[in-house]
Amino acid sequence: MAKNIMIVAEQRDGVLRRVSFEVASEARKIADDRGEEVAAVLLGSNVKGIAAELGKYGVDTVYVADSEIFQLYSTEAYTDAVAAAVSEYDPAVVIFPASVQGKDLSARVAGRLATGLATDCTDLRVEDGTLIATRPIYAGKCNADMIVTGTPQLVSLRPNVFPAVEAAKAGTVVDFKPAVGEVKAKIVDIQKDTSGTVELTEADIIVSGGRGMKGPENYTIIEELAATLGAAVGASRAAVDAGWRPQKDQVGQTGKTVTPNLYIACGISGAIQHLAGMSSSKYIVAVNKDPEAPIFGKADYGIVDDLFKVVPEITAAVKKLQE
Amino acid sequence: MNVVVCVKQVPDSETLVKVKPDGSGIEEAGIKWVMNPYDEFAVEEGLKLKEKNGGDVTIVTLGPGRAMETIRTALAMGAEKGIHISEDTFDDDCAYSKASALAAAIKEIPHDIILCGQRAIDDDEGQVGPILAELLGIPQVTLVTSLTVDGNTARAVKAIEGAQVTIESSLPCVITAQKGLNEPRYASLPGIMKAKKKPVDVKDAASLGITADAKIKIVRLTPPPERAPGKIIEGDDPATKAQELVTLLREEAKVI
Repeated sequence: MAKNIMIVAEQRDGVLRRVSFEVASEARKIADDRGEEVAAVLLGSNVKGIAAELGKYGVDTVYVADSEIFQLYSTEAYTDAVAAAVSEYDPAVVIFPASVQGKDLSARVAGRLATGLATDCTDLRVEDGTLIATRPIYAGKCNADMIVTGTPQLVSLRPNVFPAVEAAKAGTVVDFKPAVGEVKAKIVDIQKDTSGTVELTEADIIVSGGRGMKGPENYTIIEELAATLGAAVGASRAAVDAGWRPQKDQVGQTGKTVTPNLYIACGISGAIQHLAGMSSSKYIVAVNKDPEAPIFGKADYGIVDDLFKVVPEITAAVKKLQE
Repeated sequence: MNVVVCVKQVPDSETLVKVKPDGSGIEEAGIKWVMNPYDEFAVEEGLKLKEKNGGDVTIVTLGPGRAMETIRTALAMGAEKGIHISEDTFDDDCAYSKASALAAAIKEIPHDIILCGQRAIDDDEGQVGPILAELLGIPQVTLVTSLTVDGNTARAVKAIEGAQVTIESSLPCVITAQKGLNEPRYASLPGIMKAKKKPVDVKDAASLGITADAKIKIVRLTPPPERAPGKIIEGDDPATKAQELVTLLREEAKVI
């Protein structure tokens, strides 16, 4: 009888990513609700040393598959390993982070296990003994409460939504050696982003510029404010399509969905498709000289004025605060 | 080269989504139906592969009768033929069921590469591509922003958090298309006219030997939480307004 919660932790370059702790904490919460245990699967090369960290966030047992074959992510090897872990541990629920890797992996695992996956969820709870997963659909215009009727129930959690909560458990490390088949799709090159700024989907604060920026050279004021706040820099589709900012900076329906505590939108009108990407920000600030801009309907704080005058003043005011 | 592109018909992104009072679904009256924007990148990439390597592009779509229009749009862009798995009551909430239907149709035709949009903008799931790849027993690369095919190898670039990775895969494989992969062409008027005569095979679940066996269900839809109305910061000059904002962010919102 399938029982207990399994999480699929994510590490890169031998470091557990924050999403792993968010997922562990949520798994711990659900397990406590149901009187169950939490196990983690950790795949990588030379990662035994980091496995116990998951214990800090509520994991009882960590199944570590430590092998060169897992050094870099591959859908096929990781799917083989997760499927083997499910077969051995027989969890009722498997929780993944909805990171880029997590979304790629969890869907393949759903296919492998012929089960259902509630993906990119923003809430998870037990209601009358049933696990209900909530996820935004129609670009966040509504939320869907879902029940996975297959076994095990797979869920992936949106990054930066669930808190990482320390809850010390044993985190006992167990060696695990899954059989892995042929890997036909492999990473052959990795180019790290040189800008060194925070990843948008995991940022606490984002400063974003849109069509009102009028040109790429003007983004220095956005970058300065972002640097002062320790924030990531985002852009609207208009700015990306104009070639002012790279695609990876785009926030919106055909860009990234972000969940920061603070989103500062400068020269962004607030089209539905942009709002789709940032409307679940905790606080939204809009700076735009058009008082009719739709973004003011969503903003908690709005300044109707010339962003070229206002944004540098915000930077100055923040610097003063930090003195 | 036998290129297969999976295309879905979805509500236009401008659609004002209204949840039915009982939360069982959304109001469909007045919806403008379009090709899923990410599938446009997939169709375009398929056409480019055909133009470079020869062969043809087959569009495969699962959906009700109205989805035929979207297949015709893809044919108008230049695809040669289509398969319409026509179902009005097919479980739309279950990615596994949908992928099973597509896999059953695609298994029967030659396929060197399968392209899909990275996700559909109605369910925002991104599962069907990977599940399809698993069911066909072939590799996948998701969120692809650059693709080159050389002989039996696909070389794809995608963004992960903080990096760009290049993945090489043998063919056949499933590639899911991300914005930035290409600039989709518009269907020309001659293309639209030709599309009317291109062959579209209409199948149903029974003829493909599949039964919808849902692994997941939506139990209710709810509107997103309302945001409290915000305030416009007044002041004599930009500096004053900026200062007020920073004070509010520190003391009221407590986010800086």
